[in-house]
Amino acid sequence: MASSYSAKEEDGQRAGAPGPAGNANSGKKPDNTAFKQQRLPAWQPILTAGTVLPAFFIIGLIFIPIGIGLFVTSNNIKEFEIDYTGTDSWSPCYNCAQNYSWNSSTPCRCTLPFTLEQPFESNVFMYYGLSNFYQNHRRYVKSRDDSQLNGDLSSLKYPSKECEPYRLNENKPIAPCGAIANSMFNDTLELYYIDPNGTQTLIPLMKKGIAWWTDKHVKFRNPGGSNANLTAVFQVSTKPVNWRNPVYELDSDPENNGFINEDFIVWMRTAALPTFRKLYRIIQKKNNMTPTLPRGNYTLEVVYNYPVNSFEGRKRMILSTISWMGGKNPFLGIAYITVGSVCFFLGVVLLFIHHKYGNRNNSSDIPN
Amino acid sequence: MTIPKEIPDKWFPIILPMKWAKTGLPNKAKKRRGAEEERRVRANDREYNEKFQYASNCIMTSKYNVITFLPVNLFEQFQEVANTYFLFLLILQLIPQISSLSWFTTIVPLVLVLSITAVKDATDDYFRHKSDNQVNNRQSQVLINGILQKEKWMNVRVGDIIKLENNQFVAADLLLLSSSEPHGLCYIETAELDGETNMKVRQSLSVTSELGDPNNLAQFDGEVVCEPPNNKLDRFCGTLYWKDCKYGLSNQNMLLRGCVLRNTESCYGLVIFAGPDTKLMQNSGRTKFKRTSIDRLMNTLVLWIFGFLVCMGVILAIGNAVWEREVGFLFQSYLPWDPPVDNFLFSAFLSFWSYVIILNTVVPISLYVSVEVIRLCHSYFINWDRRMFCNRSNTAAEARSTTLNEELGQVEYIFSDKTGTLTQNIMTFNKCSINGHAYGEVMDPLGAQHKKAQPLDFSTWNPLADRDFRFYDASLLEAVKVGEPAVHEFFRVLSLCHTVMSEEKSEGELYYKAQSPDEGALVTAARNFGFVFRSRTPGTITTQELGKAVTYTLLAILDFNNIRKRMSVIVRNPEGRIRLYCKGADTVLFERLHSCCQDLMNITSDHLNEYAGDGLRTLALAYRDLSEEQWVEWAERYRGAEKATDCREDHLAAAYEEIEQDMMLLGATAIEDKLQEGVPETIAILSLANIKIWVLTGDKQETAVNIGYSCKMLTDDMTEVFIINGHTVQSVREDLRRARERMMESARTRDGEKEAETQWGGACSVGNGYSSRDGANWIPDQEKCAQPQAPPTSVLESISGEFALVISGHSLAHALEADMEQEFLETACACRAVICCRVTPLQKALVVELVKRHKKAVTLAIGDGANDVSMIKTAHIGVGISGQEGIQAVLASDYSFSQFRFLQRLLLVHGRWSYLRMCRFLCYFFYKNFAFTMVHFWFGFFCGFSAQTVYDQYFITLYNIVYTSLPVLAMGIFDQDVPEQRSLEYPKLYEPGQLNLLFNKREFFICIAQGIYTSVVLFFIPYGTLSQATQSNGVALADYQTFAVTTATALVIVVSVQISLDTGFWTAINHFFVWGSLTAYFTILFTMHSSVLFNIFPKQFHFLGSAHNTLAQPVVWLTIALATVICIAPVLAFRFLKLDLKPQLADTVRYTQLVQQKKWKPGGRAGRRVGGVGGSGGSAMGRLGRGGSRRSGYAFAHQEGFGELITSGKNMRLSSLALASFASRHSAIWIDTLRKKKHAPVTNAYNTPPTGNSSPAPSLAPPLSTSSSLSGPPETTLDEAGKVNSDPTLIKSHNDEQLNVALNGAQVETGGCSPQVTQEMAPGLKGAGARISGASSPGPPITAEEIASGE
Repeated sequence: MASSYSAKEEDGQRAGAPGPAGNANSGKKPDNTAFKQQRLPAWQPILTAGTVLPAFFIIGLIFIPIGIGLFVTSNNIKEFEIDYTGTDSWSPCYNCAQNYSWNSSTPCRCTLPFTLEQPFESNVFMYYGLSNFYQNHRRYVKSRDDSQLNGDLSSLKYPSKECEPYRLNENKPIAPCGAIANSMFNDTLELYYIDPNGTQTLIPLMKKGIAWWTDKHVKFRNPGGSNANLTAVFQVSTKPVNWRNPVYELDSDPENNGFINEDFIVWMRTAALPTFRKLYRIIQKKNNMTPTLPRGNYTLEVVYNYPVNSFEGRKRMILSTISWMGGKNPFLGIAYITVGSVCFFLGVVLLFIHHKYGNRNNSSDIPN
Repeated sequence: MTIPKEIPDKWFPIILPMKWAKTGLPNKAKKRRGAEEERRVRANDREYNEKFQYASNCIMTSKYNVITFLPVNLFEQFQEVANTYFLFLLILQLIPQISSLSWFTTIVPLVLVLSITAVKDATDDYFRHKSDNQVNNRQSQVLINGILQKEKWMNVRVGDIIKLENNQFVAADLLLLSSSEPHGLCYIETAELDGETNMKVRQSLSVTSELGDPNNLAQFDGEVVCEPPNNKLDRFCGTLYWKDCKYGLSNQNMLLRGCVLRNTESCYGLVIFAGPDTKLMQNSGRTKFKRTSIDRLMNTLVLWIFGFLVCMGVILAIGNAVWEREVGFLFQSYLPWDPPVDNFLFSAFLSFWSYVIILNTVVPISLYVSVEVIRLCHSYFINWDRRMFCNRSNTAAEARSTTLNEELGQVEYIFSDKTGTLTQNIMTFNKCSINGHAYGEVMDPLGAQHKKAQPLDFSTWNPLADRDFRFYDASLLEAVKVGEPAVHEFFRVLSLCHTVMSEEKSEGELYYKAQSPDEGALVTAARNFGFVFRSRTPGTITTQELGKAVTYTLLAILDFNNIRKRMSVIVRNPEGRIRLYCKGADTVLFERLHSCCQDLMNITSDHLNEYAGDGLRTLALAYRDLSEEQWVEWAERYRGAEKATDCREDHLAAAYEEIEQDMMLLGATAIEDKLQEGVPETIAILSLANIKIWVLTGDKQETAVNIGYSCKMLTDDMTEVFIINGHTVQSVREDLRRARERMMESARTRDGEKEAETQWGGACSVGNGYSSRDGANWIPDQEKCAQPQAPPTSVLESISGEFALVISGHSLAHALEADMEQEFLETACACRAVICCRVTPLQKALVVELVKRHKKAVTLAIGDGANDVSMIKTAHIGVGISGQEGIQAVLASDYSFSQFRFLQRLLLVHGRWSYLRMCRFLCYFFYKNFAFTMVHFWFGFFCGFSAQTVYDQYFITLYNIVYTSLPVLAMGIFDQDVPEQRSLEYPKLYEPGQLNLLFNKREFFICIAQGIYTSVVLFFIPYGTLSQATQSNGVALADYQTFAVTTATALVIVVSVQISLDTGFWTAINHFFVWGSLTAYFTILFTMHSSVLFNIFPKQFHFLGSAHNTLAQPVVWLTIALATVICIAPVLAFRFLKLDLKPQLADTVRYTQLVQQKKWKPGGRAGRRVGGVGGSGGSAMGRLGRGGSRRSGYAFAHQEGFGELITSGKNMRLSSLALASFASRHSAIWIDTLRKKKHAPVTNAYNTPPTGNSSPAPSLAPPLSTSSSLSGPPETTLDEAGKVNSDPTLIKSHNDEQLNVALNGAQVETGGCSPQVTQEMAPGLKGAGARISGASSPGPPITAEEIASGE
């Protein structure tokens, strides 16, 4: 942008010129300040060819390399995704999906074999993905009580109205209340590596460190402090309708139980879009010599608790490595390359137009 | 939101209430008592008067008190549609099923807006209280039980008798009972009431005037029965019953509240109307609230947006219905429907309202407040402008209405009053021709020479000389000293033949009170040349001729009227010779001269031509010796005519005609009706800015035409000046038709020569009003041509020529009738200049109304007198000149300043900027809100149409009032595209405003489209990048809160970049606001998402940690950068292309400025000086363009019937001082006369019934001339015009240069009213020679010219 700083010319008005008569009138005469006389010094940018065209080229030249970088990075990330909803009859989970009932006592299990074509180096992140699940619906989003989740005892006893209709069950307050908590994802996913020789090895999955630090340590707190006996504390309340176990039995680890259970926290961070993935477990790299997940056959063992058939939802398990920019994200790289190229191209077109048709000597229009 | 028309007033506090009496207290009073049919008031009888419950004299214009303020103010505010709408939204939000936002997102802005308005209202009301108190607590002397007691005004009751003293305000509408002056006369100044500064005489009934002292008055128990309170200032009708007699009362007996008693020691009056019933208060009706076209457009657009909002709501509600049926119904296992919502249709219905709430931000409540704030600031800039400050009168410009500023940038028609607006209403005796010898001619009428030449010093030889009088030709003084008889006789005429009254406050200190300033100037001239008019009685005139006192016996005054166009006096000099002295219009006088004067007449006629050419008002002077017999014989006939009952006027005229024959020509005078400083230049610049100027004046045709010439509205180069002067419908129609024919004829002639040329250029130039002859077309203006013209697209529209139309009041009356107005308008608009003379105030308003109605153009009316009020109120914008004619016009106006020339600055600088700023503001404002709101719409498709917001609710609350309000406000207040000098240099820059190019429906849709595009980008780019993305620690990114923060941040950054692009003038404040807003956004964001706030209110601040988590991710920043570039790059490219391929004038000027600045940086600011020098260099050429066509201006501007008043002696003021001074010298004559008059008024032959100065109005002038061409031979002019047109480019560039030079010169000294400075126009403006603006003599207080309103 071409520009120039100019204190506007003070023509005509010479301060102090009026003389004695002027001084006598000075009471009414407006002040001669730059502000009041609208003469504030100002930068007056103008769009000229000299500024706009380089801008386009520079944007192009910056965006294209970034885009390529992003694209390459994204392509280097390994990602594996498997749908285990079980809507098709050939799917191992078909039976589980079809015969599901909320109150069946025996969990339905299904096993899905899959093969990783390439080894997954470094830490591998295991996600569950849901589709057509409207975690962003207004009534769903607001159906929670943050005070209760923050360990407020009165809210535990008297949950917020927002939690309706999952506020009370048989006149006992639900903890955690609300539709979000009630619909918590409760499939259990286990991963087995099948050695070339046929033995199955359970891959250790880390269930901690999957939630935001602030959520785990500030936003979610168990009522009655960190060392309280959760069973006793939650005695006044009852479990959410859909849950099999009360909240204080989510995990055996006291650091990961109750409201501060990380699976629960992750679930409570509602997704922006109806198709989403949430971090489920982390597979930590064991050592530098072997890949975290070597190439080969695996099985995914699913304890099928979470019905999605009724609303045509889909369930997926995703394994992914990450880079500095997070997981696989081809869109960003492509978008950058596209935008960069378009800007560059636009720059060329504008340059052409400017040279061919532009008013290069437009100052001649006004005589001076 | 209406912010009431206000701005604390600096004017008389008594007027203050007037403006603010909005709610119409009188109405309340009326309701209380029912409609009052007649009023009965008994003097000194409070008990009797109590019965009627008349309003007391306490006025209350304030609306609230401490207790009622809140409810009443809130009630008023909620009458605003916008406020009610937001209240409605607030109520909607309280329904939990609908509430899509928390309550505070609506209530915070609403409360903010309400409280801003409330504070403003409270401040206004406080000042109203103050002024009310001040007025109510004024002291007046009331006669209670025979004793004068001090009472506050508010305690004065109807029926009280109060005493007024000199220079006091009249406290209520009074019936004048008696006065200290003889005949029960008293003088009042009605400036505050009707704006006229000349004094008026009021007279009490003779029965009451004898009451005299308080004791008698205390016994007075007359009863007045009169009309109920009304607002007619000039009418009162009632009857006084006293002592079994009936006396008729008229307005002549009334003193109205708001008047000031002058020149009268004291008087007593009976209160008839008090407080709200007074005519002053009755006149203070609610002023019509003016709205600008932008306002109207904005309201339309807001309605459209509401429509759009409803459409969006319906679409989303349908979506909701479908979704709930197809998906939501099945999803119930996880998200059951709310119990009351049992089916998808009801859910859709609720969702509609939810979306209405969410999407309401497309019409943000802050829009109206921001617009008001911007306008207020612009008004302050106008108030603060030093270049619109007049040092002489010590008044700054004042924007009295804060709502019209941007319309100042769109004015197309200016309707101007003449007297006091274009002219100063100061007449100066400039030149004269005596006995064939021209005096005053040696001086070139240019200011520069004036400075060099010393004005004559009269005081040395003439102690009575007026020091303010300026005359430069010493030869005239020599002639007087030498004793040339013709010269002596010449000045004797001037000192005798007039109706001026003199007042001698102390020995040698004479004050003349002239009915018309012309007369005053002539008498003053005679005074300085040694023929001093000292005093008059009904029968004598005393002068001091070259130091010797001479008393003439005044035998008769042959009064002026506008048919006779002359006045004469017949006097007997001390030697006993009888002589008739006459002065009058040359045309009239020359016909009545003695045949021996033929040669002198020819010479004088040449001189008169010259004077007329200079735009001076001329009068010819003559005398005739009468023998005693002639006189006696004529006097007989005259008395007979006087007594005639029927057709007295005609008889008198015939008698006058008889004696005014065979006169000997003495010479002629030339008076300059001084234009205000810079008027021709201002008119030239405004014309170049495509503004048409119509002059509407109550003056006579000749005067008006003269002024038209001197301010360069009319020039001798014009093809033709049409004068429409018909008295019948037919003749007016015929005149108009003929005028159109002539125009078309000339157009055809030219068509024949250059068909193609005219077709293009001609159509344009008529649209522009001014054709290429003045270089007005120097920038071709395609837009105007492309613009569809007003319906009557006839051949007239294609006329290119220089025509002017002069139409008189009685013709106008016909022309304004429904069946002819279209014709009239067509004709008038095809003319370059229109002058309407002899128009009544109502006609002024009608003309304005006509143009307003049919032309769809913004009109501006400017005037200074009470007769301009109607026009000022009618026009879109009313401008009052706070000058000499009182403040009525100022009070009715929207803007006021003290000099006509400030108009160019008001329009071309302030108006243009205001328009530009407002347009840019609105464009950006709509853009930013659409960009902000429409994201919700797209999100609706992904959240089950559940009315879930994309952003955090705090962001929604604060977006409009914190994050984005200040940068756009700063732009709306400070933005400038080109500096102020440039907009005066290139008046064409004004055009976009007139054509409404910067903000119209098209621009609006572009903004909206841009906003929607931005919203698409802002939603789908984060959607694309975040949906699959994870943080660098593996945690998924696509959670709702991250998405919200990302989108919001991207939005704030995009709109900030956009405002940076839009801002063309980056002051420190802009920088501060733009960067400050961004800083504020991030600060607030991190605060809101901090654990501190969460720990206090866990439910309210559940976005805990989102900002830290989100903004730490490189992906998020990459997303924001991407979105910004995608949003801005097309805009940038588009704007660049527009600038590069089709630059507007403003862009070009701006670019040039930049280039020049770069060039000049080392050399300083040399360029501007050059212009000024060039301007004065060409000044000598100024007068060469004069064709010298004959325009004799008859200069009498005064009322008829004044002679009668003089001879009757009614208005002789007998101040004790004058009496004393006269008694010492001329005791015998004077006192005799007086005694005679007092005791035997009938003996005076010329006495008339006590009608005072309101003698019957003169009958309308006969149809002297119909349409006639005043200008030079049309062929030559046409030829010349053709030549000019033939080579437009050449002329263009040539004119441009000169014009710029000239304008530079004129512009340099726009500041202050420095009287020495001359303003000159270069020859580039044809014939726009300089007027002398310098050497202005601050004359005596100006007596306002009586306008033709009486007719």
